[in-house]
Amino acid sequence: MEAIKSIINFLSYPEWSFTLSLILFGLAMWSKALWTKAGGWIMLILITVFFGLSLFDPNFFVVVAKPDNVPIVMMIYIIGFFWWYAMYKAHQNDRRIEAGEPTFEKSESEDRIFTWPDLVFSEFICMVLLTVGMVLWSILLKAPLEEPANTSVAPNPSKAPWYFLGLQEMLVYFDPWMAGVVLPGLIIVGLMAIPYIDTNKKGNGYYTFKERKTEIVLFLFGFVILWSELIVIGTFLRGPNWNFFGPYEYWDINKVEPLVNVDLSEIIWIKILGVGLPGHWFVREIFGLLFTAFYFLVLPVLLIKNKFIDGFYQKMGPTRYYVGMFLFLTMMLMPIKMYLRWFLNLKYFVHIQEFFLNL
Amino acid sequence: MEALKNLQKSIVKSQIWKSIFRVGIPTDNRKRALAMLGNVVLHLHPIKVKKSGLRMSYTWCMGGTAFFLFLVETITGILLMFYYRPTVEYAYFDMVDLREAVAFGIMRELHRWGAHAMVISVWLHMFRVFMTGSYKPPREFNWNVGVILLVLTLLLSFTGYLLPWDQLAIWAITVGSNMARATPVLGHEGPGAALLQIGGTKLIHVGSDARFGLIAGRTIGNGTLIRFYVLHCVAIPFVAACLIAVHFWRVRKDGGISGPM
Repeated sequence: MEAIKSIINFLSYPEWSFTLSLILFGLAMWSKALWTKAGGWIMLILITVFFGLSLFDPNFFVVVAKPDNVPIVMMIYIIGFFWWYAMYKAHQNDRRIEAGEPTFEKSESEDRIFTWPDLVFSEFICMVLLTVGMVLWSILLKAPLEEPANTSVAPNPSKAPWYFLGLQEMLVYFDPWMAGVVLPGLIIVGLMAIPYIDTNKKGNGYYTFKERKTEIVLFLFGFVILWSELIVIGTFLRGPNWNFFGPYEYWDINKVEPLVNVDLSEIIWIKILGVGLPGHWFVREIFGLLFTAFYFLVLPVLLIKNKFIDGFYQKMGPTRYYVGMFLFLTMMLMPIKMYLRWFLNLKYFVHIQEFFLNL
Repeated sequence: MEALKNLQKSIVKSQIWKSIFRVGIPTDNRKRALAMLGNVVLHLHPIKVKKSGLRMSYTWCMGGTAFFLFLVETITGILLMFYYRPTVEYAYFDMVDLREAVAFGIMRELHRWGAHAMVISVWLHMFRVFMTGSYKPPREFNWNVGVILLVLTLLLSFTGYLLPWDQLAIWAITVGSNMARATPVLGHEGPGAALLQIGGTKLIHVGSDARFGLIAGRTIGNGTLIRFYVLHCVAIPFVAACLIAVHFWRVRKDGGISGPM
């Protein structure tokens, strides 16, 4: 048992668990068997067994049973369920489309039903059930209240509200101006841009996967992997000093993780060229600046001809293509920087402390 | 049974009842239409809806859940406002009173768990709208209104987080608002802050930057509490309520619940 626990602890460390989740995400999006009733049940049972057995571990229990963490456990199940359900419906419709039949929605959308009583009553029943659910939840679980506020004693770890823990997790890899301001801003802008970038006319008003694979995979990658998974990591696996802890690991406040992060400029000028850092910031950071310029300006052009995204440029036109690419590449900065941190200890591509401009 | 039926009949036929509900319980299609038109709440809906859009397997009822939770938050929030004083001296102890002195008090619980549930239901609503491609023309603008409502939901929850004035509250807000120090140009530790200076005098410093504006001071204190309280109880709910109205209006004007063309 202890051996299994330490293996899981080890695999939970972000470099492995994130890689694993990328592989699983890829497999899941490719798979058809997962998005059936049997697949759904197997996933549900696996997660519940893992969860149920883990509750016997005291370290696991302490973190999961905090009242404010209960909604996040619920969130794992709810997001998991609806992810499965949306894909289940999408694959069902895809099979219908393939067989030349109308989608579920199409077969019923011509049918108009009186709002009274059908819609009004189902809304009413939903409200009653929700009210009962909320009242039960509130009776069973008291809202937490900690010690009175004290500005001189900081709890360790100090965590932002749970829905911002993905952003707090980004702080590990990015400077605050990126993680706290620019990237959240771009998430909002990116979400708002979706309907204007997406020129695919199909899949409007019904579940389908086949007709809009790229859009769905990209959105799910952002929503499930980058947003939800980082929240789960930030909630359950980040302990004192924002150090990483496996699910069965004791949150030891004295755990020390050596930080030997280096900038791209140091890697190139000192380690590779062996000449020491140049004095002027522009010369010093030239490689990082060139990389950034390449990443955002040249890469989109090179990718026009890539066979995986063949035809996007023609379909979208230059403006939509570039805006979409910029947002996509910005999103991908996160996993790229995570991997560079884990395997090369990279701190910043560009580190101009003269202007607080670090990327 | 017979007596109950007679009672119901006499209530429904009374002048008072008829003055409130003009149509009565609909028994034919004409009255079903009139019931929807004549009621201020129900007239948010069209008279008829697509059968596909009626299914919970299609909508997951998530938009409705989010709106319902918004109402729950409003009602429980108003009740909590009767007891809560947003000052550093009283805030925490009002919380303790709500917890210890109110018999069967669950308003704070409803408010807090409702807030968590609202955040999740708004995400899932967005997820459903994405998965059904319902943001596509002609609904692009309404998707944008929805994104702003999502941001407002998070801001509502964030500003409410400070109000209990316990350790969890102030340190979560400390972590959350520290990022504003690094706002480009407008934060005193952000890139480009040095650009804003007149004759060597910095305009952006710790007493004037974005974080200072957010928390009304150099550190979190009474000013922050009042600011977050007003944002949480009045300012953001006001904006959110306006945008919810726009959101619902546009659902109708963009052709009702989405469905295949």
